[in-house]
Amino acid sequence: MGSFELSGKVYQTDEDGYLVNMDDWNKEAAEHLAKEENVEMTDAHWEVVNLLREYYEEYKIAPMIKILIKAVGKKLGPDKGNNKYLYELYPQGPAKQACKIAGLPKPTGCV
Amino acid sequence: MADIQIPEIKERIEIPNIKIGATADYKCHPASEAHMTKLGFPVKLVDNWKEKLLEKMAELLKKYRSLQVYLDICVKCGSCTDKCHYYLGTGDPNNMPVARQELMRKIYRKYFTPAGKLLGKLVNAEELTEDTLKEWYSYFHQCSQCRRCSVFCPYGIDTAEISMAAREMMDAIGMGQKYSNEIIAKVEETGNNLGIPAPALRGTLDFLEEDVKETTGVDVKFPMDVVGADVLLIAPSADFFSTPHVESLVGYAKVFHQAGISWTVSSYASEFANFGMFIGNYSHMQKIAGRIREQAHALKVKRIVVGECGHAWRVGYSFWNTLIGPFDFLDPKYPAPQHICELSYDLINSGALKLDKSANDEFTVTYHDSCNVARASRMGKKPGGQFEIPRALIRASCNKFVDMAEHTIKERTFCCGGGGGLLTDELMELRVKGAVPRVQALKEVMDSHNVNFLALICAICKAQFTKVLPYYKMPMEMVGGVHQLISKAIVLGAKE
Repeated sequence: MGSFELSGKVYQTDEDGYLVNMDDWNKEAAEHLAKEENVEMTDAHWEVVNLLREYYEEYKIAPMIKILIKAVGKKLGPDKGNNKYLYELYPQGPAKQACKIAGLPKPTGCV
Repeated sequence: MADIQIPEIKERIEIPNIKIGATADYKCHPASEAHMTKLGFPVKLVDNWKEKLLEKMAELLKKYRSLQVYLDICVKCGSCTDKCHYYLGTGDPNNMPVARQELMRKIYRKYFTPAGKLLGKLVNAEELTEDTLKEWYSYFHQCSQCRRCSVFCPYGIDTAEISMAAREMMDAIGMGQKYSNEIIAKVEETGNNLGIPAPALRGTLDFLEEDVKETTGVDVKFPMDVVGADVLLIAPSADFFSTPHVESLVGYAKVFHQAGISWTVSSYASEFANFGMFIGNYSHMQKIAGRIREQAHALKVKRIVVGECGHAWRVGYSFWNTLIGPFDFLDPKYPAPQHICELSYDLINSGALKLDKSANDEFTVTYHDSCNVARASRMGKKPGGQFEIPRALIRASCNKFVDMAEHTIKERTFCCGGGGGLLTDELMELRVKGAVPRVQALKEVMDSHNVNFLALICAICKAQFTKVLPYYKMPMEMVGGVHQLISKAIVLGAKE
C-alpha cells in the first residue's frame, strides 16, 4: 500500500500502484500515474482512458479487450482498432496499464 | 521490462550453475485483511503461529496420507534436481524440487519423527523459526504445481501436493497470498474471477453475437441463463475478457451452432477456474465448484461442457465427482464434465462439423501441453487422449502442424512459467525466467519449421505467454487457443 500527493490532495494506492478509491481519480492523478508507468499521454491515450471510464461507469467492470479494440477503432479510425495499437499506446497492456491510469481497479484472474 | 535480466536462449536447455539465494527475495503481495476475513483465515500472522502451524501440519498429515508418505520416502537420488523450469531459469538451488520439499521436510522431521526429535540437526531436522516462514512464503510461491518433477521421481513424490499443503498451513496462520485469495473471495461473491456482473456479461455476449454476425454473416448465438438448454458451458472467465482467450469462446459457440446443440452460459456460475486448488484448500475448492452444480440443476441442463482451462480441467476431471457429485441427474451418454475438445473431436469424427484447413494456411502451428491437462487428467476414451485429442483438433483445422522436442511435450511438458497461482505481476521476473525451457523448445521449431502459432488449451498459459514471449522478442500474437483455430476453419451454414 502506498500514496502520492498532488496539489494538496493525498491519493491512496494499492501494492501495484492502482488507486484504492476510484472516485479520487482526476486528470492530474491520471497524468501522475502515467508518468510512473513511463507513458506519455497523447489524445489517443486519453481516448482509451475515457472509453474505459465510461464503460466502467455503466457496467462496473472494465470492458473485454475486444470491445475496447472495436471502440478505439470507431473513435480513432479502423487502422487503430487492433490489439497491436493498444500495446503501442500502453506497452504493459491495455487491461492492466490503461486501467491503472484510468483509475480502475486491477483486473483479476487469468489476465 | 528493462530491469529484468532476460536469460539467453541457447541451442539446448542447459542446466545452470547453482546461484544460492538468487530468488530468495521474490515475494508475492500478502493478502489483504478483507480477503483473509472473507476466506475465514486469520487476517495477519497470529501470535501463536508456531503452535498453529504445527497443529495444521499434524491435521494435514493425518488427512492426506500421501503428504506423510512424500515427506518420508525421498532418498535424495537427485533425479528431480534439473527438472523444474524455475530451477533451470534461475539457478536458485531451492527451486530444485528436492530442496523445495526439504523446506517442509526438515520441519516435519523435527516435530513428527523420533529421530528428528532426538537428534535434531544431525538428521537434518530443524526448528520452526521466522526464517522458515520467510523461506516458505518465498519458495512455496515459486512452485507452479506443474508436477513435472513427479514424472521423473522414482517414487512419484508430488511437489505440487507439498506446496499446496504449505500454502494451506500459511493461510491457517494468517500468511495468505494476495493474487489467489483475492480471486477466491471474488469468485465466491460474484461467480467469476474477474468479478463480471450479469449485465456486463450479457453485454459482452451481445457484442460477440454482433461481431460474429459482422464477420461471418451467420447468427451465432451466445445464450445466457437459458433454462432447459441441453448444455451448460463453463468457461474460464478470461474467455469473456482477454485476448486471445475470447477467440476460443467464439470457437465453442460456432461448434455448438453448427452441431445444432442448445447451450447456455450461467451468469451465476461463470467461472471454470478454481484457485481453491492452488492454495490446497478443499472447502474453498468445493464452494467454488458448488455454484456450477447448483446452476446445472437450476437451468435443468443435460450436460456440462467445460472450456479451455488447464488446472480447472484437473479439478473438473479428477475432483468434481467427489466435490460436487454425483452427476446422476445428467445424461449418462456423455462424460461429466465433458471437455470442449472431447465434444468437438466427437463431432468432427462423426462428420457433424466441416472444417476448411486452408483458412489457417498462414499458420504453422505447434502445441503446448498445459501441465494440469497433461499430467493430472485424461480426455476421451483412450489413455493419452489428453495429448492426442487436442493435436487431432489442430490437425483437422490446419495444414501445417509440428511438435516441439519430444522431451518438452506430453507428460514431460514444461510449465508456461505462470501456473499454480503465480500469474501475478510482482512475480514477473520469476515468470520470465521460468519460461526459459518452453521458450527454448519453441524457438527451435520457429527456427527449423517457421512455426508462427502456439496453440493451447489453458487460460493461464495464454495470459502468461502473451506477456512473457515479448521479453524474448517473440510476438504475443502467435499465442492462441485450439478452438481459435477451429473458429477460423469451421464451415458455417447449411449442411450438405
